[in-house]
This record gives sequence, C-alpha cells and structure tokens, in this order.
Amino acid sequence: MRSKIVTYGVLTVGALAFLFPFYYMVVGSLQTNPDTSIAGAFPHPSNLTTENYTAIDGRINLLQGLANSGIFTGGVILGTLVFGVLAGYALAVLKWRGRSATFALVLLVQVVPFQLLMIPLYVMIARDYGLSDSYLGMILPFFINSTAVVIFRQYFLQLPKELFDAARIDGAGEFRLLWSVALPLVRPALLTAVLLTFIGPWNEFLWPFLITKDATMQPLAVSLANFISNIAASTTNPFGAMMAGAVVLAAPAVALFLIFQRYFTSNDLGSGVKG
Amino acid sequence: MTVDLAGATGRTGGDPGRSGRAGGEADAGKKRRRPFGAQPLGILFSAPYLIFVGVVFAYPVIFAVWMSFHDYFFTAPGAQVDRPFVGLDNYVTALTDPDVWRAFGNVGIFLIINVPLTVVLSIVLATALDRVVRARTFFRVAFYVPYVTASVAVVAVWLFLFSNTGLINNVLGPLAPNPSWLVNSALAMPTIALFVTWKGLGFYILLYLAALQNVQKELYESVAVDGGGRLRQFFSVTVPGVRPATFLVVLLSTITGANLFTEPYLLTSGGGPNGASTSPVLLIYQKGIEQQNPDVAAAIGVVLIIFVLVIALLQRRFVGREES
Repeated sequence: MRSKIVTYGVLTVGALAFLFPFYYMVVGSLQTNPDTSIAGAFPHPSNLTTENYTAIDGRINLLQGLANSGIFTGGVILGTLVFGVLAGYALAVLKWRGRSATFALVLLVQVVPFQLLMIPLYVMIARDYGLSDSYLGMILPFFINSTAVVIFRQYFLQLPKELFDAARIDGAGEFRLLWSVALPLVRPALLTAVLLTFIGPWNEFLWPFLITKDATMQPLAVSLANFISNIAASTTNPFGAMMAGAVVLAAPAVALFLIFQRYFTSNDLGSGVKG
Repeated sequence: MTVDLAGATGRTGGDPGRSGRAGGEADAGKKRRRPFGAQPLGILFSAPYLIFVGVVFAYPVIFAVWMSFHDYFFTAPGAQVDRPFVGLDNYVTALTDPDVWRAFGNVGIFLIINVPLTVVLSIVLATALDRVVRARTFFRVAFYVPYVTASVAVVAVWLFLFSNTGLINNVLGPLAPNPSWLVNSALAMPTIALFVTWKGLGFYILLYLAALQNVQKELYESVAVDGGGRLRQFFSVTVPGVRPATFLVVLLSTITGANLFTEPYLLTSGGGPNGASTSPVLLIYQKGIEQQNPDVAAAIGVVLIIFVLVIALLQRRFVGREES
C-alpha cells in the first residue's frame, strides 16, 4: 500500500511538472497584463482578454503560418508514407541482394544528426537549386524518414510469412500483395507512423528558418520564433502575445496527439527505434 | 502492371525462375543463382530511399568534408569561381577560435546535466507508470505532451517563467538568482539543459516502458522471496533489465545535445550571455550563414561529427553495448 502511494506521488509530481507550463501558457495568453505573481497562475476574470491573439495576428499572419506549416508537414508525411512503406516492405518481406546492406544504411543514417549536414544542404538547396522560399526546398531534406522505414519494416516483419506465400501461389504480384494484403493489416501502424512523423516537420524550426526569408512562406514555428526574437519587445504585452502564438502553434499537435494517443503506444515506438 | 515491373527488374537479373518466386523465398540455393536475389523487386521498392540517402545524406557529407578543405564562399548561382584547396586552414581557423572551444565546452556542460537527469528521471517515471493501473492514460498523456509540442512554443513559456520577474523567481523570493536564470553566465546553459530534459523526457519514458515489457516478472518475485524490497528490486532487476534501452537513451540524448540550436537561439538570444550558452550548431549557423564563411562552418561540422562519434564510443564502453 505504501509503495502504491509513493508510486502515485511520483507520477503526480511528474505530471504537474509536465502540464503546468502548458496551463500557464494558456493563462498567460489570456491575460491583459502579465501577472507573474503566484496568484497570477489563477487568473482573475477581469484580467482576461483575447487581445493578445489579435496583437500577434497583427504582427505575423497566423493563418498563413498555419497553412505553410500544414503544406510542409503534409508533403513530408506523404513522402514518408509512400516511400517508407515501399522500403519497409522490401526490407521485411522481399528477399533481394543488398537487403542487409540497405538496412544497415537505414540504421546508420539515423545516428548522424541532420544539423551537421546543414551547411552543405543549405548550399545545395538554397544556392545551387534556388529552392529557398519554396515548399519543395522545405520538404526535400525530410521527404523520406529513416526512422519511419525502420518502423514500417518492423510492422511488416510481424505479419505471418504464410500469408504472403499463399497470396503469391494465388498469383498476386508484389504491388498487389503490399496494397491489398499487407497494408490493411498494418493500418493502426500507419497511424502511429503518421503521428510520429507529423511531430517532426510541424515542430521543425532550424531548416525552414534557414531557407525561408519571405514571411509569407514561413511555417508558424519560424514566424513565431522571429516574433519572439525580434518583434515581441515592441508590443504592449510581449509575453501575452508570445503565449498566444505559442498556443496556436502547440494546439494542432497537442490536439492530434490527444485524439489519437491510444495509437501512440510504447511497443510500436520501442520496437521501431530498437530496430 | 505488377507483372510488367517485375519483368523489367527480372530482365536485368535474368530470371529463369520467375514463376517460382513464391516458393523460392526461403531457398538459399535458388537465391544464389539469381544475381539480384529471389525478389529483385525489392531493389525497385527501395530505390527511392537509396537515391534519397545518396542525395540528402551521403553527398552532403562528402560535400561538407570537401568544403572544409577548400576556400569556399557563397556566389551567385552558376558563377564559375576558383575554390582552391587550402589544406587544414579552415580547421586551424576553427580550432584557434576560443568561441569554438567554448561552444564544445558548453555541450559538455549540457551533456553532464542532461544525460544523467534524463536517464534517472525517465527510468523512475517509466517504472512508476508501469506499475499503476488507474489513471495510466492521464499520466502517459501528461508526460508526452511536451515531447509532441514544438520547441518554439514551449520556449515562449519558459522565457515567461524564467524571466527576471517571472513566476519562478516570484516563488523563490530571496533565493532567486541574480542575475536571473537565462542572463546568468553560470546558469544559462544549465537552464537550457533542464529545458531540453523536460521537453524530451516523454520520448525516453516511452522507450523505457517498451524495455520494461521485456524484463522477466519472475525475477522480481525471486528478489521478493529473498526479502528484497521495492528499492532492491528496482536496482537489481529493473536497472540491469533495461540496460539496452539505457544505452539507446544515452546515445540519443547525446545526439540531441550535439544538435542543440533552437533553445540557445531563442532562450538566451543567440547563446548569451557572452557565449555562455552557444552551441556548436548555433556557431555553424553564425559562422556559415550570418558571417558567410561556409568553409569554416563545415570544418566545425566535421569536428562536431568526430566529437559525437568519440562520445558515442566512450559511452559504448561505459554503458555497455546493446545486446543484439
């Protein structure tokens, strides 16, 4: 019994530490005057306003930013799903020369941090191909995700071999096998992969920050960061406006996660990362 | 459609046994006779990935190394210019720059705080989460929320919480540091390390939860039979049982540390005060793009890759390799 109490105590303290900043973000975004006293965490109704949202929308175009984030994220998810499924299927189900070398490559690519490739990629994509301020330039470095390939491979490996053999004897080609046999069986896995890969581009800052100078092309994370570092100081309630922007940026990812959280399971991710 | 594609791939492979593809799957003997394996379609399926890795990973790595040995500067697209080989000049420039040493030192401080804190907190929280039944979903959701949220968004809250007159200092009262957290050269980097730990912990808890499923339940019982309490069970069964996950967590959090950019860029206005929280990636950005010295930046990048590899190898020695 005592250990139960300790366990729940640890978890509750943890949960408070994780959730409080989010609660405080929402509270801060709704305060007319920032109240940083302890009482300010429990706001007074007379101090509540939506002005901060109007204020930040006046400085950066929230809708445009959301749309750009959406296009960027959508493009990345599309590439991740289509090519990740193909590669994952080939690595799990098909026997071909170079398969183990390819899988070793998939694991290797995951270990080297993307940021280290920043300068050459910037030179290639922004300078040589002239893709700065374009969705294609934003999407390109993330178009296929090695982690997703590993996750898909893991799911396809779990399907029974006999299933494929039976379908092949019936004369089904590999595309048909993949499309009508394998994919329907791993549908929940696809959702997990979409959730996991959604987080990446939606939250990505450095790369779109490097290659978008045009404010109308910037994803919301980039325009909000510019607001925080350059513009916020000139607004009447800088922290309030920052919080409002933060809520708008955080809300879609958090909402998606809350709706689909039961697909966000430890076994899927764990096996995916462990390979 | 499918047959055509299979045929196209098979043609290069010379496919006497295409009809036997289904049966040949587990047949090593047959596989050897086909130069591209039993199902050469796999090559076609993987081709987009392989091309992608070539273009977005392998080529940039080679390009970065090449750049670091040449006098490279930005030009208008298509301009033909001479980029002479300069040997180790860019490396000398990078390694004689005290800012570069400082940035690597800062990563060191970051790792010393972030890695042990991440391992201890995520293992404790995952173990606790694994034990409870009630409100399990609530706790899980609470722990993952920072992980799924953009750094830029939560940075805004931390700026608010840790500002000079922020809530944290209000709570601490006279104990509040002066100068305050993010503008204090001794506390700026530790505060960033704390932020990153908090932000990423959910992901590592998830990894440990998966690892805990593989720990044999009988071991707990045998420790209990020997009179070992919860703590004893934790240290003699749980901790060794999740060792492979610990290795992975240490490796991944090191990589995260080497990638640090957004947090110092936003939390401490570009690595302040006076470079006390500058990270190598931030420096690569400043030297390469702001100051237009991509060759020196590439050299710092190469040094950073070596730094990560050395740390990874050291950790492999100390934490132990993942059993495979």
